[in-house]
Amino acid sequence: MSIVLENEVDAAAARAAAVVRPSIWVRLLRHPSVVIGGSIVLVMVLIGLCAPFLGTVPPAQIDPTTRNKKPGVEITVRQDDGSTVQRTVLMGTDSLGRDIYSRVLYGARVSLIVGFTVAAISISVGVFIGLLSGYIRWLDGIVMRIMDGLMAIPGILLAIGLVSLFRAGLGTVIFAIVVPEIPRVVRLVRSVVLTIREEPYVEAAISVGTPLHKILWRHVMPNTVAPVIVQGTFICASAVLAEAALSFLGIGIPTDTPTWGNIMAEGRQFFRVYPHNIFFPAIFLTLTVLAVNMLGDGLRDTLDPKMSKRV
Amino acid sequence: MAVTTNRPILDIRNLSIALPKGSDRPFAAEKVNFSVGSGEIVCLVGESGSGKSVIAQAVMGLLPKSLPVKGGEIRLEGEEIAHASEDRLRDLRCVRMAMIFQEPMTALNPVMTCGDQIDEVLRTHTKLEPQRRKDKIIRVFERVSMPDPPRIYDSYPHQLSGGQRQRVMIAMALVLEPVLLIADEPTTALDVTTQAQILELIKDIQREKGMGVLFITHDFGVVSDIAHRVAVLRLGELVEAGPTRDLLLRPKHPYSRMLISSVPSMLPAERARHDGAPTVLRTEKLTKVYGGGGLFQTARPVRAADDVNITVRRGESLGIVGESGSGKSTVARCIARLIDPTEGKVRLGDDDVALLPQRLLRRHRRRIQIVFQDPYRSLNPRRTVGESIIEGPMNFGASHAEAIKRARTLMETVRLDPEALDRYPHQFSGGQRQRICIARALAMEPEVLIADEAVSALDVSVQAQVLKLLDEIRERMNLAMLFITHDLRVAAQVCDEVAVMEKGKVVEYGPVADVFLRPQHAYTQALLAAAPGRDWEFGKFEAA
Amino acid sequence: MLAFIARRLIATIPVLLFVAVFVFMLLRLTPGDPAAIIAGDNATADQVDAIRAKLGLDEPLLTQFMIWSGGVLSGDFGESFFFKKTVAELIAQRIEPTVMLSLCTIVLAVLIAVPVGVLAASRQGGWVDRIVMGFSVMGFSVPTFVIGYLLIYIFAIVLGWLPVQGYRRISEGFGDFIIRLIMPSVTLAVIYIALISRITRASVIETLGEDYIRTARAKGLPSRVVLLRHALRNAAVPIITVIGIGVALLIGGVVITESVYNIPGLGRLTVDAVLARDFPVIQIVIMMFSFAFVLINLVIDLAYSVLDPRIRY
Repeated sequence: MSIVLENEVDAAAARAAAVVRPSIWVRLLRHPSVVIGGSIVLVMVLIGLCAPFLGTVPPAQIDPTTRNKKPGVEITVRQDDGSTVQRTVLMGTDSLGRDIYSRVLYGARVSLIVGFTVAAISISVGVFIGLLSGYIRWLDGIVMRIMDGLMAIPGILLAIGLVSLFRAGLGTVIFAIVVPEIPRVVRLVRSVVLTIREEPYVEAAISVGTPLHKILWRHVMPNTVAPVIVQGTFICASAVLAEAALSFLGIGIPTDTPTWGNIMAEGRQFFRVYPHNIFFPAIFLTLTVLAVNMLGDGLRDTLDPKMSKRV
Repeated sequence: MAVTTNRPILDIRNLSIALPKGSDRPFAAEKVNFSVGSGEIVCLVGESGSGKSVIAQAVMGLLPKSLPVKGGEIRLEGEEIAHASEDRLRDLRCVRMAMIFQEPMTALNPVMTCGDQIDEVLRTHTKLEPQRRKDKIIRVFERVSMPDPPRIYDSYPHQLSGGQRQRVMIAMALVLEPVLLIADEPTTALDVTTQAQILELIKDIQREKGMGVLFITHDFGVVSDIAHRVAVLRLGELVEAGPTRDLLLRPKHPYSRMLISSVPSMLPAERARHDGAPTVLRTEKLTKVYGGGGLFQTARPVRAADDVNITVRRGESLGIVGESGSGKSTVARCIARLIDPTEGKVRLGDDDVALLPQRLLRRHRRRIQIVFQDPYRSLNPRRTVGESIIEGPMNFGASHAEAIKRARTLMETVRLDPEALDRYPHQFSGGQRQRICIARALAMEPEVLIADEAVSALDVSVQAQVLKLLDEIRERMNLAMLFITHDLRVAAQVCDEVAVMEKGKVVEYGPVADVFLRPQHAYTQALLAAAPGRDWEFGKFEAA
Repeated sequence: MLAFIARRLIATIPVLLFVAVFVFMLLRLTPGDPAAIIAGDNATADQVDAIRAKLGLDEPLLTQFMIWSGGVLSGDFGESFFFKKTVAELIAQRIEPTVMLSLCTIVLAVLIAVPVGVLAASRQGGWVDRIVMGFSVMGFSVPTFVIGYLLIYIFAIVLGWLPVQGYRRISEGFGDFIIRLIMPSVTLAVIYIALISRITRASVIETLGEDYIRTARAKGLPSRVVLLRHALRNAAVPIITVIGIGVALLIGGVVITESVYNIPGLGRLTVDAVLARDFPVIQIVIMMFSFAFVLINLVIDLAYSVLDPRIRY
């Protein structure tokens, strides 16, 4: 491929520019945080999906005869047909005789669903609002006032307030966690839009007659993808923690559906004597959130290093 | 003229500085040899990427670890410092050698007063008491012709003008009377009139104190004004050095010859006249006012463009020249409707587009196209250059195939390979990108082409080519061209008529020969007087 | 300067209004009859009617809002239906522990996080840096209450050095007060330290890349002076910004920490009120926390102009 060059400095610069950078997927897979964090998240997702096949019993199954067993103990379970079976409770049982191991594995489902759903919804809504707000000046004033108002109420209080409006349940919890996260995404997208809007190539697009919606889609939005993905992973981590906090306070998802948060909430009472109620779900929760945060860090370093300065 | 004493102040021998792995060449500077004597100004000239800044920073020991000195020596007053310890270098900095940088706004700490920043130098290197230090600083402010030194002492950098900030930097460098001053493009970011003052100041101080000055620049005009000797760098190698007059009159190396030939002349060339051609663009009383205040804020309106009346005929090129804040860019952007004028008319033929609402404006957009200043931000990095070029035509109904065909033709017009349409902007150099931007503008088949400082960010040799290209295009396609620039040489070379702007108003307007050779307005005269190298006619040399 | 303060104060009014409206609407948006909810499950129809009349729930919404906000502004916060006291009394009782805990935490966090962040930035890429970044990610990832229980388990149950839970007022003895505040403060501070140290590090690293740092070195200044006097001072604005924004995290953490350690503060009050659907209390507490958050950030905004002379109005 020959490009006509009339000047040596030009040639040197073009040579430098022609150096091939490895593709984005390769760069991602080379980053240790991405690999480690991503793998752990994957494992957790698999655990959640395959919970029924990993040696668990129905997580809501109550058995008064096997209450408060310590981890590693062998118990005798009476089957429906009268026979008995020996089983080792890997993580002990709670005060109602439910198997913690099973509850923790099934708990992965809800906790992860909450995390991913909150991330997905808050990103979609946030990008949409942020794009419009950043580009249309008169809209910006109104939107930012509302966002400021939402951000003035500390997230957990907002969530608490919203939960108190409706009955407890998965939908309520998701809604309550999504709402406080949206302003942050809007702010991020808006700041990207404000920067890109000043770029000469956007002005060039305006001067060749490109209409607004095409400018937003073609020129502005692609610049938001990387920061938003990174922000999304952090939102996922924060949502999993928020669900745990809400459950811990007693206003999260009702306990017949186990989540890591409400398993710990139930274990509060007997913590001093039976700490296993709290520690096993805690380990899973921490590991997952840690992994998601690591993934986010790694994504940010690879995709969008400039973002590390934004709060 | 040149005054060299026995031992040079700065002696650079065989200096090589390595670049990190993966760069386009192994060395930032390779086996460079030159010296600076006491009482002389040596200019280090080169285009971007020549390594001149790296060498300057190497002398002060300010290079990062990624750019190690791999060979040779640097001797300051005979003492080898390229391999000296950090402690020794710290003792020498600002005491025996000092440096001033290009951007005075960012080179000064924004949260400390100017006086305090210089006081720091005295506190670190001397044992003077506070009052003596303050006196010394006030004296050095006076020496650099700073108005009202006590006020400047207590001011923060953002409260001063660009010229004043640079004087603060110079004061800071000179307060302990070093023997060597390194100046890294100190006037490039300043207006041309301020630049003249600062150059005069440096020359003056150098004469008085007999300092050696190493002056980095890319501007041959500056070289002809102040240098006793000059050294030319190309891609890390010193290709030629010698006394200024000798090198400028009889350059030997092909690169120096090419470089000097690329400098546009201050003398306007003979231009064809376009009297009979129809008027394509005319502005009437074009005005743009900013500012108006809001709640609790006093209104302080700024008339960025004030009652501007210009005319451009078909095939003609009008230059708008002025310093920063003159309003020249504002006028261009108003005409291109990237910002909305406050009042006035912008006539394109019979249509007035100044105040048209957006949806009516759209079909007129193709008639005026603009090429921007920064080639690195003018193309969407995520789209191929082909996609960028065809975006416009397709907006107005061209099919993909037609648009591509037009793009290919235009790539040839701007002397780039049509096969390169599916490459991305980062695979091109600055000059090439600017040509792609020209192709994008031409794809719309405009009546008016605006070049908004379109060559200001380019190296002088690349600049010469792009200017030639623009002139050719104007000729061939009979376009009306509006040339916005702060560089009088550029205007002299490619413009038929020129309008000089100051603080939003047009102060002089006429054929370029008239304005340049017989300026009427005081401001125009000041601008021309301040242009560096105005007395020197740069020759044209064929490649030897 | 005064004009600036006045302007900023006025700018917070729409935000505070928004919070007030949100909080006001909380009760009225709940499905079902607000009066019945407040009265509780065992109330008679007469009791419900009485409550409805007392709260003026039949009036148009705007009138209700005016009455309510008028009451709030004049100090009448209403009555708690659960605790059988006025809300004002409840708050007066509970405010000290929360304020003490928060102050202690903020001081602890800033004193640890800023030096650690600066250290990590000055040794970027080294092992100190990696450890700091590692701890900071961990700090973000472990839920506050897990840290709480962990600390209790180690220090109170296993080692027995510190009391398990509870709070002692300062008036009842300083030593006791401090001892009981250690674990809660540390628990709460973890996430705050993680956040602040990260931003400090990032901000200082960015500042170190600026031109004036090169000038400072060119003046022959020693590297410690360059780091502290030139870099840190310029890095301060993002750092205190995040200290302000992080207060939101702090408030969330306070609610949880008070629950874990059984501290009778506003956080615990909020939780109890939510569980009991005690709307008068919920409303006022949320408003108070929000107002505090807005005010703290306003103070931080004002602090900018002290730190950065370019931000003077």
